[in-house]
Amino acid sequence: MKEKQRPPIYGLMAEFHTPEELVAAAQSTRDAGYSQFDAYSPFPVEPLDDIVPSRGPYLPVLVLIGGIVGAIVGFGFQYFVSVIYYPMNVGGRPFYSWPSFIPVTFEVTVLFSALTAVFGMLGLNGLPLPYHPVFNVKRFALASNDRFFICIEARDPKFDMDATRGFLEGMKPEVVTEVQH
Amino acid sequence: MLKRILKSPDAKDMSVNPPVLAPGHTYSSITEKISSVVARNRSSKGWLVGLTLAFMLTIVMLYTIGYLVTTGIGIWGNNVPVGWAFDIINFVWWIGIGHAGTLISAILLLLRQEWRTSINRFAEAMTLFAVACAGLYPLLHTGRPWLDYWLFPYPNTMGVQPQFRSPLLWDVFAVSTYATVSFLFWFVGLIPDLATLRDRSKGRVGRTLYGLLALGWRGSAQHWRRYKIAYLLLAGISTPLVLSVHTIVSFDFAVSVLPGWHTTIFPPYFVAGAIYSGFAMVLTLSIPLRAIYGLKDFITMRHLNNMAKVMLAMGLVVGYGYAMEVFMAWYSGNEYEGFMMIANRMTGPYAVSYWMLIACNVVIPQLLWFRRVRTSVVMLFVMSIIINIGMWLERFVIIVISLHRDFIPAAWGMYSPTVWDWAMYLGTIGFFFFLLLLFIRFLPVINIFEMRELLHEKSHGDH
Repeated sequence: MKEKQRPPIYGLMAEFHTPEELVAAAQSTRDAGYSQFDAYSPFPVEPLDDIVPSRGPYLPVLVLIGGIVGAIVGFGFQYFVSVIYYPMNVGGRPFYSWPSFIPVTFEVTVLFSALTAVFGMLGLNGLPLPYHPVFNVKRFALASNDRFFICIEARDPKFDMDATRGFLEGMKPEVVTEVQH
Repeated sequence: MLKRILKSPDAKDMSVNPPVLAPGHTYSSITEKISSVVARNRSSKGWLVGLTLAFMLTIVMLYTIGYLVTTGIGIWGNNVPVGWAFDIINFVWWIGIGHAGTLISAILLLLRQEWRTSINRFAEAMTLFAVACAGLYPLLHTGRPWLDYWLFPYPNTMGVQPQFRSPLLWDVFAVSTYATVSFLFWFVGLIPDLATLRDRSKGRVGRTLYGLLALGWRGSAQHWRRYKIAYLLLAGISTPLVLSVHTIVSFDFAVSVLPGWHTTIFPPYFVAGAIYSGFAMVLTLSIPLRAIYGLKDFITMRHLNNMAKVMLAMGLVVGYGYAMEVFMAWYSGNEYEGFMMIANRMTGPYAVSYWMLIACNVVIPQLLWFRRVRTSVVMLFVMSIIINIGMWLERFVIIVISLHRDFIPAAWGMYSPTVWDWAMYLGTIGFFFFLLLLFIRFLPVINIFEMRELLHEKSHGDH
């Protein structure tokens, strides 16, 4: 079933020389009504953040939750150990000596937030992903050097082989390539 | 104004701020220049010689560790009363050096200092390797290092748990967290550059290895968006982390009651000292690096000048710390503190170390006030080594001098290091350079995509 529904190619890719051209191209693509497309660049180009569609949970919220969980785990664990499980009478000092629990609580908070930030980012980005159709285009190697690409996916409802190709050619790219699966 | 900056790369032209990136570069020339350090068919002779020497010292370190674990701490010069000596001196020295990397990566990013871009990658690598060297000491100085896992709270059949009120345990969490977060921050920063190396690799091995490490990065704008957020968050998290780690290390001393240790100035004084020695080490490394690999266009006089300024500022804070210690010792009227800070340190058996410390950390760095010194590559290199020696002496003075003569004269003793103390220390220095040389050979020493971003921003400024 799936084989029949999959379009014959992954999409069409256009190559540009400068980030400005890429931003303009992305904006036109969005304005033309396409929703399944992505832009590729060798460094982050800020205006693209608002243009290229993105989905999924918001990373900073995840990191905040991770940090809060870390704080609770860190402090809670010390409380459990020092007050309940293995209380040690050190010179008559209170078991619940919470100021002394702060440093470790802080470190565990930082650790959990950092782990959430990194693995959350990778997870939301779908990485690691060793294979992706865009790598089939030989010139795409320049996406990590000095060229800027936009790729409109064939599964986009507005995609049409000739119309979309013509649309991309209209933006005066270096070259328009078909991206095989 | 930007046009003026971009036009004059010559450091001799003092009237204009040297550029943060020399003019005449394109995205591909940046990629080319930085990748060329890595993509060589055969390693250069100098690199091989350096690696061999570093490896030999690493072997010395490994042999010392083997002898230490099988024989005991007695092979070092530690005794009673000087229970901590080279082990803790070197632990604090290495951790302190590591802090500059995180500061450059994280704090300078948050402060939007664009001069951090070309130095942050290898400064962060320096941090990782310094923390690796530092971490060896607390693990090995325990006497029964095969029981080090007892430091971590795990469910066990003995029914015991660690003592969370101890700074020594806080250290375990602080240093582990610092090592983990530094590594993650460094690796995340590397991902897009690993993709660059993957795409430029000619050989199968390179393509596979870099490809695996790059995790399939393709430069997608959606990915970049989340990547930048994660990077900023990591920077924001690392900033209080780096301050807290050395604060906790200072608590190892400050929380005790020993004269010379029990003082509230320690946390800020230690953190400033860490940044001081860390920047000195970054200078010691970047000056030869830029010369040998032709990276002067990326690591310009502006970077060296700015690093020198940070060093000077931190040196002043450290000098203030020394002054306050002495003042408070006198002002408090406490006879033990007064004896320690004034009579013992300044005129006692280890007075030479104390005065060398003042010379290296307070007096000589005042030369950095002069622009001629700050912009002279040779003088900066020499200064950075002097400061690192001075910071080592500071830890020696704090630890050994306070321990060898504490409250009652009957408890006093003397300390001298053994050949194994030196072997371990020089071994860790060798290990550090070994890791650093491997890093230089196989990974980009400068953050390529951030340099491209910098070029993009600079060229936009002209429009």
